[in-house]
Amino acid sequence: MSLEIIGITVLWTFLFGYILIGAIDFGAGFFNAYSLLTGKKHILTNIIQRYLSPVWEVTNVFLVFFFVGIIGFFPKTAFYYGTTLLVPVSIGIILLAIRGSYYAFETYGSRGHKGYSFMYGLSGLLLPASLSIVLTISEGGFVEMVDGNPVLDYWLLFTSPLTWSIVVLSIAATLYISAVFLTWYANKARYFEAANLLRKYALIWALPTIITAGGIIFELRRHNPEHYANIQNFWPMFLISFIMFIGTVWLLWIRRNYGLAFILLAGQFIFAFFGYGASHYPYLLYPYLTIYDSFTNPAMAISLIVVFIMGLGLLIPSLYLLMRLFLFDKDYVRGKSKHHA
Amino acid sequence: MGNEEAVFFSRVLTETTLSFHIIYATIGVGVPLMIMIAQWVGIKKNDEHYILLARRWARGFIITVAVGVVTGTAIGLQLSLLWPNFMELAGNVIALPLFMETFAFFFEAIFLGIYLYTWDRFENQKKHLLLLIPVAIGASFSAVFITMVNAFMNAPRGFDIVNGELININPLVAMFNPAMPTKVAHVVVTAYMTAAFVLAAIAAFRLLKGSNHEYHKKALYLTMKIGLIFAIATAVIGDFSGKYLAEYQPEKLAAAEWHFETEGNAPLIMYGVLDDGEVKYAIKIPYALSILAHSIPSAEVIGLDQFPEDEIPPLYIHYLFDIMVTIGVWMVLLAAVFWIGTKRRWKMVTTRWFRWLIVLGGPLSIIAIEAGWWLAEVGRQPWVLRKIMRTQDAATTSGHVDTMLVLFCLLYLILGIGSVVILRRMFRKNPVEQEIEDRNMEKGGDML
Repeated sequence: MSLEIIGITVLWTFLFGYILIGAIDFGAGFFNAYSLLTGKKHILTNIIQRYLSPVWEVTNVFLVFFFVGIIGFFPKTAFYYGTTLLVPVSIGIILLAIRGSYYAFETYGSRGHKGYSFMYGLSGLLLPASLSIVLTISEGGFVEMVDGNPVLDYWLLFTSPLTWSIVVLSIAATLYISAVFLTWYANKARYFEAANLLRKYALIWALPTIITAGGIIFELRRHNPEHYANIQNFWPMFLISFIMFIGTVWLLWIRRNYGLAFILLAGQFIFAFFGYGASHYPYLLYPYLTIYDSFTNPAMAISLIVVFIMGLGLLIPSLYLLMRLFLFDKDYVRGKSKHHA
Repeated sequence: MGNEEAVFFSRVLTETTLSFHIIYATIGVGVPLMIMIAQWVGIKKNDEHYILLARRWARGFIITVAVGVVTGTAIGLQLSLLWPNFMELAGNVIALPLFMETFAFFFEAIFLGIYLYTWDRFENQKKHLLLLIPVAIGASFSAVFITMVNAFMNAPRGFDIVNGELININPLVAMFNPAMPTKVAHVVVTAYMTAAFVLAAIAAFRLLKGSNHEYHKKALYLTMKIGLIFAIATAVIGDFSGKYLAEYQPEKLAAAEWHFETEGNAPLIMYGVLDDGEVKYAIKIPYALSILAHSIPSAEVIGLDQFPEDEIPPLYIHYLFDIMVTIGVWMVLLAAVFWIGTKRRWKMVTTRWFRWLIVLGGPLSIIAIEAGWWLAEVGRQPWVLRKIMRTQDAATTSGHVDTMLVLFCLLYLILGIGSVVILRRMFRKNPVEQEIEDRNMEKGGDML
């Protein structure tokens, strides 16, 4: 396995980590705000905050890790994506900033402030949309080289059905992932009312998620035939992903084993995400940038990988400790006592 | 928008983001150490007040961390968005500490989450103290690694450029460049100092505003003592920084000191104004610049005459230097007087006006941090990578930087006001007297 492949696999894994736990986080914020609006606050707020509070900061690190890592392993991405993404990513940063700080303001500063909760919920819904633009652009066709500098064609971007399908998918998937996870978490915490409500949300969002995901593959046939052809080569991964999706929905439907349902959901997205990533190979930005011509020098690559392995040695036990103390601790999950500062 | 405008707005936006971020980042680096010390003193002295101090600081700290994290994410992304050419080159050489910083940040984030939610979970406070160690280490090491990146911009090393190609890249040499030791030490120590003085200002303010509780007095004494130690350390390292500049970046020192001609027995110019190339109303301290630069009164100090005009940084950085040094020296004096005065029971240190001076010390320290960073960054102009890449060649070619600048200014305004409002409300609604009473009642309840 070449260093380039190791590099992109590491980064893709962290991006997946961000998408999964970020989706839980974004969706939770939205459901929280929605429950305020529909007068169901008493059902959801407690359970959502108990999960989010100790981990909200960790979620953010996955994103930082990804964008720092990609500059490290593939410095040329700074040139191509940095120039073209100024507007969409800046909007993403602003949403992220409002979200992160208003979460802290609401949770630790003034409990139950409605304005803060709405800002938090709304920004969480817009964020996946603003960040998913990057995926659209990577498919090629929206960036043109003018005098040796990449320029993004906004008109083409915003009129493309591919853009909007990816936006819809990101929102639907966010709400779906979040609802499935929270169903399991609420059930574990014995908040059965919350679990039932979230189960309903999960089932509602399952269909749009799978329809748009399929639709995107179809649209790629017109937009980027090469990528579409590659996807065909990975059809077993997408098939496994679809079977897992059916499994999750089935378990939710018969109200059994929500833990397994969430594991299947994670599996569904792992197979789809890595299948998509593998079929995108070798392009980072079609057709200008491949992982080979943008890869960093060997000295840097090796030192980054060494640091990465040492860093994981620290992180994995720490993350395990965090999960044991909060996610899998019965007393904490069930809210037996107040522990926070 | 032409390229010149894009460069200008990129610079303004970067400066705005960093200037806003470092307020929260400095607190973020310094306060965990203060919490740790308070917790430790509380355990050692078996004094509830210090434990409560740690707890209340931790509560306020969450708000500043939140703003620090989100603005840190902003600057992290803006580096690539606004300076794509720079990041493409730097990514090849200096990505290692950048990458390590995310691990330090990760580490801190995990343990901060655990620390905040395990306050009443452990019988033994010592176990809880152990959780703070990775938080403080993570916070300080983020500062160490990110400052290494900045030091690299001042003293790029660890690669050769042959025909426009980067070769012989050595990430460790890039990390441990000559600017690194003084920069890192100065940044970390001033963060500790500033955090201590900001917390001291809060304690002094509460004492002025009616509360005369033992808790605030203990807080004040502890933070002023820590502040004094780090303020002295800051001055010592500041001197080393001067010597570093004289050796490796003489144009920055010369511009900061308005040292126009290369000469020995160089005097140090304090204050004054520059009027048509002439220095007026300045205080000249004979030989001081030679001593600052080389520890020898007669040593020759390189002046601005040795550099082409287009490689000289703006001369207004002298004012920034004055602000930074004056505040630094002032805080050493103030903290020393307070410490000696408390030991010897001088009346003066408990007077209202003296406490007002301590209150003022908090914002002053933050102003010094800002002035110091502006000095360091503007003093590096016109280079983004000294002697390798000019700032104007590093900026984005996008035409939307001005709009983004407006958006981000609005964002920082909202975050700034929001965090202040929340912090005030948090502590107003729950003064320490109330909290001590509540805790005593809870404990009484436990015994029944």
